[in-house]
Amino acid sequence: MLKTICKRLGLLVLTLLLVTALAFFAFSIIPGDPTDTILGLEATEQQVAALRAELGLDLPLPVRYFRWLGDFLRGDLGVSYNFDIPVTDLLAGRIAPTFTLTLMAAVLIVLFSIPLGLLAARYEGGWIDRILTVINQIAMSVPNFVMGISLVFLFGLVLHWFQPGGYVSPESGLGSYLWFMLFPSLAVALPKSAMTIKMLRGSVLTELTADYIRTAYSKGNSRASALWRHVLRNAMIPVVTFLATTIAELVAGSIVVEQVFAIPGLGQMLISSISNRDYPVVQAIIVLVAFVVVLCNFLADALYRVMDPRLKGR
Amino acid sequence: MLLDIQNLSVVFHDQDAPFSAVKDVSLQVDKGEIVGIVGESGSGKSMIAHTIMGLIQRSACKISGKVLFDGTDLLTMDRETLRTYQGDELSIVFQEPMTSLNPTMKIGKQVEESLRIHTDLSREARRARALEAMELAELDDPASLYDKYPHELSGGMRQRVMIASALVQRPQLLIADEPTTALDVTIQAEILKTLKEINRKEGTAILFISHDLGVVRHLCQRVVVMQKGQIVEQGPADQVFFDPREDYTKRLIAARPTRRKLKGSVPHV
Ligand SMILES: Nc1ncnc2c1ncn2[C@@H]1O[C@H](COP(=O)(O)OP(=O)(O)O)[C@@H](O)[C@H]1O
Ligand SMILES: [Mg+2]
Repeated sequence: MLKTICKRLGLLVLTLLLVTALAFFAFSIIPGDPTDTILGLEATEQQVAALRAELGLDLPLPVRYFRWLGDFLRGDLGVSYNFDIPVTDLLAGRIAPTFTLTLMAAVLIVLFSIPLGLLAARYEGGWIDRILTVINQIAMSVPNFVMGISLVFLFGLVLHWFQPGGYVSPESGLGSYLWFMLFPSLAVALPKSAMTIKMLRGSVLTELTADYIRTAYSKGNSRASALWRHVLRNAMIPVVTFLATTIAELVAGSIVVEQVFAIPGLGQMLISSISNRDYPVVQAIIVLVAFVVVLCNFLADALYRVMDPRLKGR
Repeated sequence: MLLDIQNLSVVFHDQDAPFSAVKDVSLQVDKGEIVGIVGESGSGKSMIAHTIMGLIQRSACKISGKVLFDGTDLLTMDRETLRTYQGDELSIVFQEPMTSLNPTMKIGKQVEESLRIHTDLSREARRARALEAMELAELDDPASLYDKYPHELSGGMRQRVMIASALVQRPQLLIADEPTTALDVTIQAEILKTLKEINRKEGTAILFISHDLGVVRHLCQRVVVMQKGQIVEQGPADQVFFDPREDYTKRLIAARPTRRKLKGSVPHV
């Protein structure tokens, strides 16, 4: 177990180094320069050169990268070019909405997919199963921004359950904040739930044909208790891995959906920082997202080991 | 008469032509008796075992005849009533020791599961009875096995775990469906000895299924020989073995591939 943790931590560090280096490299080859947005297009060449020197942009790429890395390791994320305030301060207020959105979506996925996946498998071929299959097929093929727009239309414009574009901050009441966040969370969660339901259903049906289920029946188990006591844990093993990678993807999904619902989260910040070439902000967000993704995979692995005794000590 | 099967037929109609896996089979098992069913692979032995246990999906086939257990027909029961027999009065050990145990459930929990279903015993009492059953199945150190998982055990030990979990509620009838076919010859001999011992100590009737007439002869009082779903011959074990009437039985005896190898290792129990 200790070996696995060390390996994972090593992998985490390696991933972060690679992702941030790639981001630096990518920015150096795409056109555009941070001085454009800071000084405007009217700036003289001397002004631009001075600013580039001040920001260290005149240095060679590897030097800039290692300078950034050194600062980062000392906990200094730098100052936003655009807003002229420390990146930490800038991101602090942006993390909460994205975090809430991702977490709510994750909870919704688990709440939807585990009971519905089991139900679909339990009544395979029945009306619940057939309706779910159709809904799943639709939900899976809809990109989450389309899902977002549809939800804005239905719940915002038609039913008036929330004010489209009227972001409610946590300060104005936790209840109304969570209520507003429910809709973007749904937009992220629905397509992923559809996939998870489909996967769990398949996994349960496969396990139901296993020899140990025949053993369970031979002892007098009912179908429900065979499902609950024997199938569930075995069927969840592949699903847990899938869920963990899904939660990692949720971060990416949230970034898109934040645009649709006008939520001032990390996603919006990332998009505006990229177009303004605000390197320090972009780097910080990339590190954060990569960290969450690797962490999720790490948790999946740990959970996988807890659930499958065959993997213990490996 | 403990088990009285009368004119049992199982016909599958999930393929184009109907297929009779079991044809007009009648056989009896007395209390405390060991009866063998022998036949080549595909002759319908497991089908009979699964039908008695109520493990056949009724949707794919038509079952006719009677399976009287203590005078009550198991075939006409509803599922709920049948469940009160499964794992209680009737139990089974399957052909596949490697896959018949739940890979994510501890050995102890699997052994005592029938008690959880059929009794109100406390956790401690169940544990005690599980350890007793494991002792009866001649597993070494049951207490330490109790918290292990199936993958930590060899095939032979897993089959003994299956035997322990089949015996935990002290059934009247144990069906052993080729319990040793997947195992080494030496382990096979030891497990047969264990079954014989269980029959002697507990008086459990055993319906022992095998494709090997030599194995059955040492264990059973009576033997039923099956071919293509039908009984071709039955009688006392020694008589069938030494004085077979049917050519099929003679071929079954002659075709035993492991006969010479087994000679020294099958215990004369
Ligand atoms: N679901 C099924 N549908 C059709 N035929 C089946 C089914 N299950 C088993 N059979 C057939 O029934 C016959 C008897 O099988 P089985 O009882 O397992 O044989 P044995 O245990 O003697 O080797 C075999 O020919 C097998 O192919
Ligand atoms: Mg068989």
